[in-house]
Formats: sequence, C-alpha cells, structure tokens
Amino acid sequence: MGFILLRRLGEMLFVMAGISVLVFLIFFVTPGADPAARIAGRNASPEVLAAVRHDFGFDQPIWVQYLLLMKRLFITGDLTSFVNRGQKVIPSILEALPITFSLLLGAAVLWVVVSILIGVTAAMMRGTWVDKTLMVLGLIGVSMPVFWVGEVANLITQSRYHDTWLFSWVPALGYVPLTQDPWGWFKALVVPWITLAILYIGLYGRVLRASLVEAYQEDFIRTARAKGLSERRILIRHALRTSLVTFVSLFGLDFGALVGGGTLLVEYVFGLQGVGFLTFNAFGNLDLPMIMAAVMYASVFVVGANAVVDILYATLDPRVRTSRA
Amino acid sequence: MLDRTPSEPLLSVDSLTVSFRTEHGLITAVDKVSFAIRPGELVSLVGESGSGKSLTSLAVMGLITDPNAILTGSIRYKGRELVGLSRHKLQAVRGNEIAMIFQDPMSAMTPVYTIGWQIAEQLRAHRKLTKKQARTRAIELLAEMGMPSPEVQVDRYPHQLSGGMRQRAMIAMALSCDPSLLIADEPTTALDVTVQAQILRLIEQLQRNHGSAVILVTHDMGVVAEVADRVMVMYAGRIVEEGPKEPVFMHPGHPYTEGLLRSIPPMHGVRPHRLIAIPGAPPSPANRPPGCRFSPRCAYRYEPCGIDPPLFRKEQQDIACYRAEALLEPVGVQRP
Ligand SMILES: Nc1ncnc2c1ncn2[C@@H]1O[C@H](COP(=O)(O)OP(=O)(O)OP(=O)(O)O)[C@@H](O)[C@H]1O
Ligand SMILES: [Mg+2]
Repeated sequence: MGFILLRRLGEMLFVMAGISVLVFLIFFVTPGADPAARIAGRNASPEVLAAVRHDFGFDQPIWVQYLLLMKRLFITGDLTSFVNRGQKVIPSILEALPITFSLLLGAAVLWVVVSILIGVTAAMMRGTWVDKTLMVLGLIGVSMPVFWVGEVANLITQSRYHDTWLFSWVPALGYVPLTQDPWGWFKALVVPWITLAILYIGLYGRVLRASLVEAYQEDFIRTARAKGLSERRILIRHALRTSLVTFVSLFGLDFGALVGGGTLLVEYVFGLQGVGFLTFNAFGNLDLPMIMAAVMYASVFVVGANAVVDILYATLDPRVRTSRA
Repeated sequence: MLDRTPSEPLLSVDSLTVSFRTEHGLITAVDKVSFAIRPGELVSLVGESGSGKSLTSLAVMGLITDPNAILTGSIRYKGRELVGLSRHKLQAVRGNEIAMIFQDPMSAMTPVYTIGWQIAEQLRAHRKLTKKQARTRAIELLAEMGMPSPEVQVDRYPHQLSGGMRQRAMIAMALSCDPSLLIADEPTTALDVTVQAQILRLIEQLQRNHGSAVILVTHDMGVVAEVADRVMVMYAGRIVEEGPKEPVFMHPGHPYTEGLLRSIPPMHGVRPHRLIAIPGAPPSPANRPPGCRFSPRCAYRYEPCGIDPPLFRKEQQDIACYRAEALLEPVGVQRP
C-alpha cells in the first residue's frame, strides 16, 4: 500500500510538471500575450518596454523564465500577478478556496443523497410510471445547461418572485463566510447548491438505477434470496454495495474536476468569487502567474481525485485489491 | 402393491405449472408436475437442457421473480402450503428449512464479501448468534466440507478460491442452518471432472450425516447412477418417469429414460467410440408437439401417442408412456 501511494505521488508530480510546461508554452505562443507590453502600458516607448522586460526577466531564455516562475510559485511563494500589480497569487487562491468548497460540499451532499434516493426508487419500481417519470426528470436534469438553470433561478428568486413569501428569504448574490454568519452562509448558497446539483442528480440517479437493475440480474442476488435474507438487506448489502463501485469512482472524478474549477459557471452566475471565477478572470486578462497557479491547483485536485478513486476502488472491490498485490 | 410411502412426505408438489407471458403468447415451461420427497432421501431430477428442472427447483424456493411468470399448483412443505405464502414467512423457510445451491459458485456468491462473511450472514439471518459465534461456526462448517486450513479460507473472497473450493463454501453456506431439504441445481456442471466426483461424494456424505433430503438436479445420468436413491426424469416440462434408481436403471419404462441411459459412458472398461444419443432435440416450450411430447423423437411411436399419455404405474415406477399401459392401470391424473 505504501508503495502504491508513493508511486501515485510520483505520477502526480510528473503530470503536474507536464501540465505546467504546457500552460507556460501555450502562453508564450499566444499572440498579444507579451507581459512586458501590458505592464508598461499602452503608449510605452521601446526604451521603457526594454527596461520593463529586463526588470521582470522577460529577456532571459524561456526555460530560465519557466524555472523562475516555478520557483516563485512553489518555493518562495511570492509570485505576483502581472495584471493587478502587487496582488499575490497564492493568497488569492487560498481566499477563493473556502467559497468553492462551500459551494461544492453542499451540492455534493445534495446530489449524492437525492440521486441515491432516485436511483433506488426507480430500480425498485422498475417499469412503473414512477420509474419512467424519474428517469425522464433525470434526463431533463442532465440536459439543462447549468448556466441557464442558474440564470433562471436568479430571475425567479432575485427579481420576479423575490417579493413573494416564497423567495423573500433569498439574500442578494454573493458569498457570506460560514464563520461570520452560518445561517447567512446557508441562505446564500441554497440556490447555487441546487443549481449545481441538478445535473449530477440526473446523471447519478440514472447511472445508479442502471447498475442496480444490472445487479439484480446477478446470480448472487438469487443466492441472497435463497439464503432467506430480507429484501431490504439484499438491496443494501448486496445490490447497492456492488453498485457502489461505479458510483463512487464517478463521484471522485467529478468532485476532483469541480474543485479544480469546474464550478466556474455556477460561481459566475451567482457572483461567488471562488477558484473558478479567479481562473476565469486570469484567462480573460492573460495573467500568466494567476493562470499558472490556478491550473497547478486544479491539477492537484484532478490528479489527487484520481488517486483517491483508485484507492477507494481497491477498498470497495476485493478483486481489484488482489490483482494489485 | 408395495407401500412406497413409509413416512409422511417432507415436500409434496402437486400440479405445479409455471408459465410465462411472452410476445408469442403464453408459454408453459413446467406443466402440471407432481412429486413428493420423503425426509432424508436423495432424489435426482434429470432431463435435457430446457426441460424445466431449474424452474421446478426455483419454484419450490419461491424464487421465480420474473413478473411475467404465472405459477399455479401446490407446493407443501411439512404440510404447509408455500405457494402464496407471504414474503416474510417465505424468508423464514428459505435458507433455514430449504436451502439451495447453484451451478456456478463464482457468480452465485457476492464478490465483495469473504466467504466467511457470507456464511455468517445466513446464520445470523436465522439463528440468534453473535458475529463471533457465527464466524466460529462458519470455520467449523468449512472444515466439515473438507476445506484445508478453514481458519484461513474463511477470510478469502470467492475469486480467490478454486471452483471446487467455492462450491464447498456454497454447500457450507447452504447447510449452515441445517435445512431438511437441500436443492442442488447442477452443482457439479461448472467443475472439473475430478472435482465433480469429490463434490458428489461430499453431498452424499452430508446427506447421510445431516439427514437432509436432497433434490439433485442434473442432466447427467452418470451422476444419478452414482448417488441417487430415486430418479425423476423430466422431459419438455413434464415428469415422464419416476421411481427408485435400481428398477429405473434396470428396466427403464419410458423410451426417453432408455435413451438417457444409453448415453451414459460406462464407468469401467473401454469407452465406446461414440455414445448413442437420442436423435433430434427437445421441443421448445413454445412449440410442443400434440400428444406425447417425446413422440417425434421416439422409435416406438404408434397411434395412441397422438393423445397425451397419463402416468401409468408399473411396480415401483410411474411412466408416462402407452407402452407401459399394457402392464397396469393409470395412476396419475388424466391430463386434458
Ligand atoms: N423468465 C423466463 N421467461 C420465459 N421463458 C423462460 C424463463 N425462464 C425459463 N424459461 C424457459 O423455460 C424452460 C425451462 O427452463 P429451465 O431453466 O427450468 O431448464 P433446465 O431444465 O434447468 O435446463 P438447463 O439444463 O439448461 O439448466 C426453458 O425453455 C426456458 O427457455
Ligand atoms: Mg437449469
């Protein structure tokens, strides 16, 4: 196990190094991205431009620039934005983190609980109108663009029906820190949570139903019945437990991608200045240090989530465990 | 006539019919099957693939879950009707009074739990035992099944065991609550020949030690010859011959039984170059011939075979064939 973890960590570093080089190179071949020109301002003379270039080390060979950037990002930790002078990159990300996490954790709890309920109900009532209705709703959930759902939710809760008893409690857009005002935090996030969760509820509900239906065709379910177990136990301990492998790996990957910035659309619509928002702005400004930091941060979560999924996979399925050992 | 029922039957199945609603209309896979199992006897249910052996066994366990299945008739266990019993009451019978083992022990066990866990689960479903007691009992059972180092094997997952060991674990699980009836549906078909013999020996030995009755489902007359006390031959959803092993093997009454017996490879001596098989294939439940269902494949076919034969009693055998009629009067219900 220790060896596996170590190898995983090595793989992770390798992937991250690759991504950082790629991002760096793409940045330098992008036209109009010359940071010196941006820093020096619109009407700078060639002399000023050259001075800025020299000051910031833009006249050095590209690999030196890369190493310098990496050093300031990972070792000294004092990398600053090219666009907003003096804005330290790492603290900005750390500030944005709790917002993204708050959004994600609530949504994840919601989508896991609701999709398990939907998946199990649909599988148990297979072929009935309940099953069909749930699956159609799931499909609708999957096919509605998050951005659009968010805008509609805002339209309803912030303007159209904001003055009715139903939505008058919804606060104005923006984030309220949990430590300052837990109830405010909750109120501010309920609508974003639901918006983000809808897609995944539809997706996971459908996936779970399919794997439960498949599990119920298995011989071991017949054995479980032959043993005289209760239907409830068969469902939870046998059918659901064996379906969990798919469910959990899917969850791990989606969660990783979302922490890594996949929440952007929801953050944007609801004015939550999370990591997705930060990344979005950095790309808009072609702000290399910020982009680099955000991408590195995201890759940690995506690659990390992959590793966690692999480990969970081995814990959940003994067949995987032994083939590794 | 000989008294063939010295004791009250443990299980009596009467006119059991299993049909399925399909796109092509109603198909009847098991058709008015009746039989009785006495305590402690080993009865073999033989027949070609598709004859309805598995469905008959599953029906006894109440395990036909297909929503399109229609089950009629009566299945009485120790005098108690199982057909139409509530799910809750049926759960107390399954695994406790009647247990079942299946053909493929790999797919029949839940892959994510150790065999010890799965045996303990069944024990704890029917007995008041602590986790620890159940585990101890599981180890004892595995030892009784002839598993080497059972205290190690108990923590193994199904995929870590060989086919034979898995089937032993399945049998250990099935016998964990001391059932009075064990239904084994082709328990050796998925195993190597050498292992097959070991598993058969084991079932036979356990049947003696535990005094459980066993219904051994097989398509192999050789297996029947090895272990059975009594034989029921099934063809196209019906029991066509039934009786104690010796008379059935010595004087098969139904041409189908005769055909099956000819297809057993001899136990000793030279193996014949080719075994004589019954010509043709069994009819599918959807298009069965009128009259005797075996008649299209039968060498003795004559006019009466156009009408469905009832069961005739010939000494200890019941035979659904007009050739037996010459000897004695019908005993079975006249089928429409
Ligand atoms: N759910 C079902 N729907 C429709 N037909 C079915 C269903 N289950 C079984 N049958 C049919 O019933 C017949 C008997 O099946 P059964 O499994 O009892 O045969 P068997 O004697 O056990 O054969 P085998 O030796 O292959 O196991 C088969 O022809 C099969 O096609
Ligand atoms: Mg079968």
